[in-house]
Amino acid sequence: MDLNKKYTPQTWPDHPETATLEGKNKFVGFWLLLAAETVTFASLFATYLALKDKGPSGMEFTASDLFELPLVFAMTMILLTSSLTSVYAMYHMKNHNFKAMQAWLGITVLLGLVFLGLEIYEFYHYVHLGFGYTNSAFSSAFYTLVGTHGAHVLFGLSWFIALMLRNAKRGLNTYNAPKFYLAALYWHFIDVVWVFIFTVVYLMGVIG
Amino acid sequence: MSSIAQKKGFGATVWDYLTTVDHKKIAILYFISGGLFFVVGGIEAMLIRIQLMKAGNDFLSAGLYNEIITMHGTTMIFLASMPLLLAFMNAIMPLQIGARDVAFPFLNSLGFWLFFFGGIFLNLSWFLGGAPDAGWTNYASLAMASEGHGIDFYTLGLTISGFGTLIAGINFLVTIINMRAPGMTYMRMPLFTWTTFVASALILLAFPPLTVGLFFMVFDRLFGANFFDVTMGGNTIIWEHLFWIFGHPEVYILILPAFGIFSEIFAIFSRKRLFGYTAMVFATILIGFYGFMVWAHHMFTVGLGPTANAVFALATMIIAVPTGVKIFNWLLTIWGGSISFTTPMLYAVAFIPSFTAGGVTGVMQAIAPLDYQLHDSYFIVAHFHYVIVGGVVLAILAGTHLYWPKMFGTMLDEKLGKITFWFFLIGFHLTFFIQHFLGLMGMPRRVYTFGADQGWDAYNMISSVGALFMAIGVIVLVVNVILTTVKNERVGNDPWGDGRTLEWAIPSPPPFYNFPQTPLVRGLDPYWIEKMEGNKEGMVYAEPLGDIHMPNGSIIPLVISFGMFVASFGALYHMDGDKAWALPVLVIGLVITFGSMLARSLKDDLGFYITKEELLRDAKGGNKDGSK
Amino acid sequence: MKKGLKNWRLFALLTALLVFLSGCGREEISTLLPAGEVATDQFNLLILSSAVMAFVILVVTVIYVLAIVKFRRSKIGEDVIPEQVEGSAKLEFLWTAIPIVLLLILAVPTVYSTFDLADTSTMDVAAEDGSMSNLTVNVNAKLYWWEFEYPEQGIVTSQELVVPTGERVYFNLLAADVKHSFWIPSIGGKLDANPENVNTFYLTFDKESSELEDGVFYGKCAELCGPSHALMDFKVKSLSPEDFDQWVAAMQEEATPAEGELAQQGEQLFTEKTCIGCHATSGVGTGGKAGPNVATFGDRNRVAGFLEHNEEEVKNWISDPQKYKPGNLMPSPEALNNGNKFTEQELDALAAYLMSLSVEE
Repeated sequence: MDLNKKYTPQTWPDHPETATLEGKNKFVGFWLLLAAETVTFASLFATYLALKDKGPSGMEFTASDLFELPLVFAMTMILLTSSLTSVYAMYHMKNHNFKAMQAWLGITVLLGLVFLGLEIYEFYHYVHLGFGYTNSAFSSAFYTLVGTHGAHVLFGLSWFIALMLRNAKRGLNTYNAPKFYLAALYWHFIDVVWVFIFTVVYLMGVIG
Repeated sequence: MSSIAQKKGFGATVWDYLTTVDHKKIAILYFISGGLFFVVGGIEAMLIRIQLMKAGNDFLSAGLYNEIITMHGTTMIFLASMPLLLAFMNAIMPLQIGARDVAFPFLNSLGFWLFFFGGIFLNLSWFLGGAPDAGWTNYASLAMASEGHGIDFYTLGLTISGFGTLIAGINFLVTIINMRAPGMTYMRMPLFTWTTFVASALILLAFPPLTVGLFFMVFDRLFGANFFDVTMGGNTIIWEHLFWIFGHPEVYILILPAFGIFSEIFAIFSRKRLFGYTAMVFATILIGFYGFMVWAHHMFTVGLGPTANAVFALATMIIAVPTGVKIFNWLLTIWGGSISFTTPMLYAVAFIPSFTAGGVTGVMQAIAPLDYQLHDSYFIVAHFHYVIVGGVVLAILAGTHLYWPKMFGTMLDEKLGKITFWFFLIGFHLTFFIQHFLGLMGMPRRVYTFGADQGWDAYNMISSVGALFMAIGVIVLVVNVILTTVKNERVGNDPWGDGRTLEWAIPSPPPFYNFPQTPLVRGLDPYWIEKMEGNKEGMVYAEPLGDIHMPNGSIIPLVISFGMFVASFGALYHMDGDKAWALPVLVIGLVITFGSMLARSLKDDLGFYITKEELLRDAKGGNKDGSK
Repeated sequence: MKKGLKNWRLFALLTALLVFLSGCGREEISTLLPAGEVATDQFNLLILSSAVMAFVILVVTVIYVLAIVKFRRSKIGEDVIPEQVEGSAKLEFLWTAIPIVLLLILAVPTVYSTFDLADTSTMDVAAEDGSMSNLTVNVNAKLYWWEFEYPEQGIVTSQELVVPTGERVYFNLLAADVKHSFWIPSIGGKLDANPENVNTFYLTFDKESSELEDGVFYGKCAELCGPSHALMDFKVKSLSPEDFDQWVAAMQEEATPAEGELAQQGEQLFTEKTCIGCHATSGVGTGGKAGPNVATFGDRNRVAGFLEHNEEEVKNWISDPQKYKPGNLMPSPEALNNGNKFTEQELDALAAYLMSLSVEE
């Protein structure tokens, strides 16, 4: 593979993420990894549902008197928006517009950071109320499920940042295009998982 | 690259293997380490049978016995059977589909090293305060009550090696999806490739639940979480579900590649195309699919209620249908063939009745009310050893003989091979057949001793004698390997004479780029087709001779895995709460792992090219043994 | 000649039967010699499925043997290239359809029996006089012993389950610590005792245990529960309904003081050394104790579930419980006796006292 080959929007392939065999392999492999991630989260969700509101006798906190929707709703909107901005970034990637891609990715990262900050605040708030990780089976399951998602957000953000810095000077080519594409795909996955968390944990939790 | 370094020093060879990303060398690494763990697990098995040789024996103490049965099961499943099968998958599958390597050579190496360090970590428990002792199923209530660090070695070790296996599974899937040679359609893939494909899909979907369960247990023991703490609202049945959602597909992860190996053997040594290829492929897929719907048949006595038990009983019975289809197709493959009783074929022939016996007892246990009697008795011990030893281990031994020339370029001695076979087969039936009756006579499994007044003495003695036979068989095999390696008589492309698939059309072992020119596949069993048409080269080509792109070797996979190994020690001793050095060790390990991952992703690694001239030089006979 | 052959056949059949029967294990514990309705049902399923499976094995074996005999390369020639048959849709259909039929034969009794054995609807049905018509026993599984509580009768015993014959006995299973599994092989299949929820099922005892060589059925823990899992045995006495009622009545009586000097000494020690803190000596009460109830100690078949039932073993057991049942929760004598072992005389007294505890005639 030739890293020095310069592309123009005219010579840039229609599907830069799968223009090489390596790219194709990464593309398929990453979808498979997401399948495994899906099973992981499915297991976490199932456990959460089994342990929801379960705890020692006299347990203080249950889902319905703990969760408040406004903050979580704002987080959901922010993450959904960041998914949209990453779509714009990929749109510019496909048009070989590196600067625009970097800019949209930057916005995506900013939104992601805000989301992560809010999540940390949320956890801090709960712990402050006395709802700690070791309080009950319910608290363990809640923090593990939502925390695993948070760790994914953190990883996704680090990935975006590393890619943007590493390729800041050399622009787009068929070697790094699949990497940007997959990072964006990962970001969408994280977003979809959050939609489920919002529904299963928070909405269903508040309803009771 | 390919023409230099004909002779390398020992150090260079070691370094080569530590950094290799070549699927054939990784296969050898899997094979050697899997073989070593197989011997360790075998020794543990012998200790168990010595202890149970007679009533009231005091050869092993109660606690030690539980550690040994736990490590025997865990080692044999995770550290012996799976890696040995992964060795064959690595060595053979890319050759069968005409690929130059797997899709992700770097990840292939990472997968191996993660497995390896995970296995070492788990086994170090013997020297660091005691091995896990809650059974290989590690049921949560007992595991949470277990003292010492045994259980932590189990959870952390299996987490690490589980990541390795998951990576291997994804790698094989992508390889098969993307890297088949021109003309190698899905319905022309050899059955071993098909079973690798389905088994990899099972790995992909089955390992995450196990990992989640292991994490829960780590969190419970490390951070005081309450997933399995009943007094805090936890539920130990969750572990059983997660474990068996993994555990049942795991059985198929093991048995499907075994089916694949036997399918190859039946065709080769009957000199006949596999009967009902299409049906075999669909049976494989169906078995894989059903494998995810039957986990609760391991939990019939948990008290899930009659509806769940009935549904899972019926679902389990259905699996017998595609399995039966396979058995009959194998029978019809040898029917009308020309059977040559080589060592691999002997194993294959012995496999049919052995595995059928294991299969029918499986159906008996699917009958939930009957399983209330059979569950956790010696009947189940007999059953799963008939399946795992009579299926998987026989396949591994058969595959060892069959693919030895392709992996190492020499032939294992047939006479010694047959001696191993007879000792092992007779020992196997002697050990396990009688255990069906021990179970029916009321003997529970996992007991370290039994009273003399229960009528089990004679049968246990017979069983122990059988185990000795198996041990002799394995020792003869080890001797065979050593003698063969010392003699070092090189063999040609198709040492068995009746090879049918692409791997037999290229040198043994193949050059590191496998195929100088990518082959063009014209049908099922491409090499056989070319042979029958009198094509001396054994294949037709899909491309002119040209430069070949190959990946660079790397030490990073080993470093990443080592980092996790170190971090695991930190995590494990951090639980004690009184060891100040534990947290730094944990952090250092994670820094090593993530630092080397970062280094890998920041530094471009574009591989190198083998030029046409080098390939021509190789073809003239300069370098055929596959070393770089 | 012909007759001789017939005799020979009969002889062979009888020999085979004898070998088979001797291979059935002991009546006290073998699932092959069922002594209850549940075990009989399960045994019948075993026979049915074995027959079906024997048929499968037979078919496979016949094709298999014919194939490896007929088609050896040494027989058909070295250079023969067999016809490369692709397969046969008809055969594939055949060996898909026939197993499905065989499985249906198994499926029907499986489903029926699964629901039948889980049917606890008659459990809490009261008889006309207001008492429960069926006996219920609460089983508490503990490291490594069994507690049997009879809530209707207000009595509790341990290590030896006593039940009436000829009626359904319902069991509520619960584990006090780690998971165990309750299994009386010759009476019926096992059910787990989970720590988090009560499991309920029934068994029927069709044979009085006094007819057995050892006088009791053997019960087992069937789920690995720690070092002494293998020793977590219990025994089952099945009595005729009249004998059972008598036993219950005897259990409900207040415990009588020990007789004989040695036993009285033992009784005093039993209180002084706080043994009684864990081991109740009266059969009246409820479950949930830290140690086994010893009200029927003298009537039992074994000490600690598995040791010979004599004073020597009682003394051995008390002197060093960890040696005999590693990991059990009974304190060592040193912990109860100011750091000293019990003297031989104290042990004799304790053993005599324990052996004197009896509710049977």
